[in-house]
Amino acid sequence: MVNSTQPVLVSMSHIRKSFSGITVLDDVSFEVKSGEVHALAGGNGAGKSTLMKILQGVYSLDSGQVTICGTTFNGSVSIAEARQAGVGMVFQEFSLVPTMSIAQNIFMGSEKLQGVFLDKQAMNRATVQLLNRLDVDLHPDTEVGELSTGYWQLTEIAKALHANARVLILDEPTASLSATETQTLFDLIRNLKSQGIGIIYISHRMDEIRQIADRITILRNGRNYLTSDLDSISDEEIIAGIVGHQTDNLSKRESRVCLNDEVLLKLDHLHTENGVENVSLEVHRGEVVGLAGLMGSGRTEVTRAIFGVDRVTSGSMTLSGKTYSPKRPQEAIANNISLVPEDRREQGLFTGHSVCDNLVITRYDECERAGLLSNKSIETLVDNLVKGFSIKVDDTKTEAYRLSGGNQQKIVIAKWLGKDPDLFIMDEPTAGIDIGTKREVLDQVAKLAEQGKGVLFISSELSEMVAVCDRYVVMKHGRTVGELPAEGINNEADLQLAIQHSGTLNK
Amino acid sequence: MLQFIKKIDFRQNIVYVGVVVIFALFAIMLGGKGFTSTVNILNILRQSSIIVIMAMAMTFVIGSAEIDLSVGSIAGLASVSTAMAIARFGLVPGILAGLAVGAICGIVNGALVAFAKIPSFLVTLAMMGVTVGVAQWITDSSPQPILDKGYNFVFGGGQIGVFPIIIIWAMVFFAFGVTLLNRTRLGKYTLAVGANPVAAKYSGINVKRVRFGVMFGSAMCAAVAGMLYAGRLQSGRYQWGSGDEMNVIAAVILGGTALSGGRGSAVGAMAGAVLMAMINNGLILAGLTSAQQQVVRGIIIVLAVALAKRNNRS
Repeated sequence: MVNSTQPVLVSMSHIRKSFSGITVLDDVSFEVKSGEVHALAGGNGAGKSTLMKILQGVYSLDSGQVTICGTTFNGSVSIAEARQAGVGMVFQEFSLVPTMSIAQNIFMGSEKLQGVFLDKQAMNRATVQLLNRLDVDLHPDTEVGELSTGYWQLTEIAKALHANARVLILDEPTASLSATETQTLFDLIRNLKSQGIGIIYISHRMDEIRQIADRITILRNGRNYLTSDLDSISDEEIIAGIVGHQTDNLSKRESRVCLNDEVLLKLDHLHTENGVENVSLEVHRGEVVGLAGLMGSGRTEVTRAIFGVDRVTSGSMTLSGKTYSPKRPQEAIANNISLVPEDRREQGLFTGHSVCDNLVITRYDECERAGLLSNKSIETLVDNLVKGFSIKVDDTKTEAYRLSGGNQQKIVIAKWLGKDPDLFIMDEPTAGIDIGTKREVLDQVAKLAEQGKGVLFISSELSEMVAVCDRYVVMKHGRTVGELPAEGINNEADLQLAIQHSGTLNK
Repeated sequence: MLQFIKKIDFRQNIVYVGVVVIFALFAIMLGGKGFTSTVNILNILRQSSIIVIMAMAMTFVIGSAEIDLSVGSIAGLASVSTAMAIARFGLVPGILAGLAVGAICGIVNGALVAFAKIPSFLVTLAMMGVTVGVAQWITDSSPQPILDKGYNFVFGGGQIGVFPIIIIWAMVFFAFGVTLLNRTRLGKYTLAVGANPVAAKYSGINVKRVRFGVMFGSAMCAAVAGMLYAGRLQSGRYQWGSGDEMNVIAAVILGGTALSGGRGSAVGAMAGAVLMAMINNGLILAGLTSAQQQVVRGIIIVLAVALAKRNNRS
């Protein structure tokens, strides 16, 4: 619990910022106290990232005042000043060099020297001290590339602490973490709190904000919407603040007993070269099958096998009753299968290419006239997709990286929707997008099932699984360990329980 | 109009600005020395023709985030192969021999890059050495004259009136390259692979086939370029094309193709090749020695690329 007498570490008041005439932040104020976890929430485009970039000194401000650990800046802060004053950023896309050791990464740019040579011992000693402070038992010589993502983040935090950060900005820190890793991170955050570090926690995940944050500030359309202690605010109020007028919670879709008993996809004792060890499941036409399990349970690997990315070593797949053994994604696509991959930026998008290029990449064959691509039919196709899926973009020639996460994700989904696939596989289709967009995506999933498609759905946010799935297949350690109907699973807790209790707990 | 001018990205289109500005500059300074005469302008185009042909293929190679250092040497080997085969077996076998050199080098380059996954820089660096070596070896380093008048006329030596046939070759390859890059799936897939090979794979693009294709196409264009050298200079020599790889790469980069792949312009590459030929020509007319020309040319290229460099994102 934060004592109201705790010193204020960061205070940003009356911040205004506009980009080429468009106001992004309008009189926004925000503060973080020592030993406080302050959640910063808001829909995509609410101004969270802009505010944080001003605090880090990446963007200048138009007017307002920033005070960091007692130093008041009238006007813009530079990156060096912000760091000097004690702001540390844990990057969403990690800024570590995988081929270097933990110690080398932490001391990058501030290496300890003995004469002209690196003083490895001193750096390793200091690293051990830092890691001890974080309660982690790792050797400083370990190459970062060999560590799991959870430890990458930890190394990032250690790096920030080494630079004497007193305020840490964590932007969607759990996006790539498993449930256990998330708990480890939360323990670490509590530990840092007790050391008087202030933490700005940006997240879309309600349950995490509840678990870890003391206060929450919600921005909407570039303005302060509310700031409140978490104890005195309800989930509904928070969601209302983030979503705006649409206040209904993710409601459970009317579960459908499979009217159409046609088995679309069947996996039989499937093993692959990459982490699938005995998976059997069926997807019928017209149903949404949730592939449940913790991060690392082999869910994504199953989708890779179905999509022809990983090789099958034993077992079999059948598609509409016929043997199906894809050697590459083209064959999966030719069999009317689409995949929205787990990693949007790496696997789903050409971030440097235009929205138009991204949307049409899977459908150039439909735009050919006499062997040549017709710009007109490309335009028509893209316009239809942009309108049909309400992708917010002024000009389809805009590069994809300029769009918000939610709109990027819409592109990744939209590029497959037009192909009218029979089987739609979605791996974390809602990661890092705001609740409004999330609902649109989930509605789309429901619509696909109504049209008689089969959907295989994966999400780390259990509330979403509960909202759309007709049936669950539970995975653990690369194996399917259980199957559940949607009846009886009415909320996250039910599903969490089911995931934990399916199969034997061999941990 | 103002809106239109605002919309043009000058950084990305620096090569066209360069062509216009440098042409105007030379026209003023060297007009008296005949820079703007029809003969001289055709001369510039003629000198850029062979680079244009190779630059078309190189746009695809660099656009897909690969590189081909072997084009100049493949041209050399193709020129001697064609010349020797014409002398021994006649015209048609001669042409086939040149094309075969391109096909063999292209298959080896393509297979090593696409299937064995060896970086194209290393593969083509090795190919550069091998082809020069073979060309020198089979000719004993001596020139191989071509006495077939028909061949020499068609393959780059001839003129229709004042118009050099080699420019027609370049125009055909240019039209082909622009169409292929902008109006076909292959072109779009090439840039997609260059931008993000993983996303390309997940989008159903056969990444290996694209990589093989661009390397093969580059070697074939290099072979044709070598055969044109042979026709224009009425002989095959292992030195023909030597060093061209750098001019070709420079033309492509000047033209706005990203060295890191994902963005490419065939029209720009052509303009880049013409710009360099124009600079060469102007410097010769200005009376600079070949040593001085190299220095000035280097400076101009670096300046142009520096101006074209886009700001970092965000």
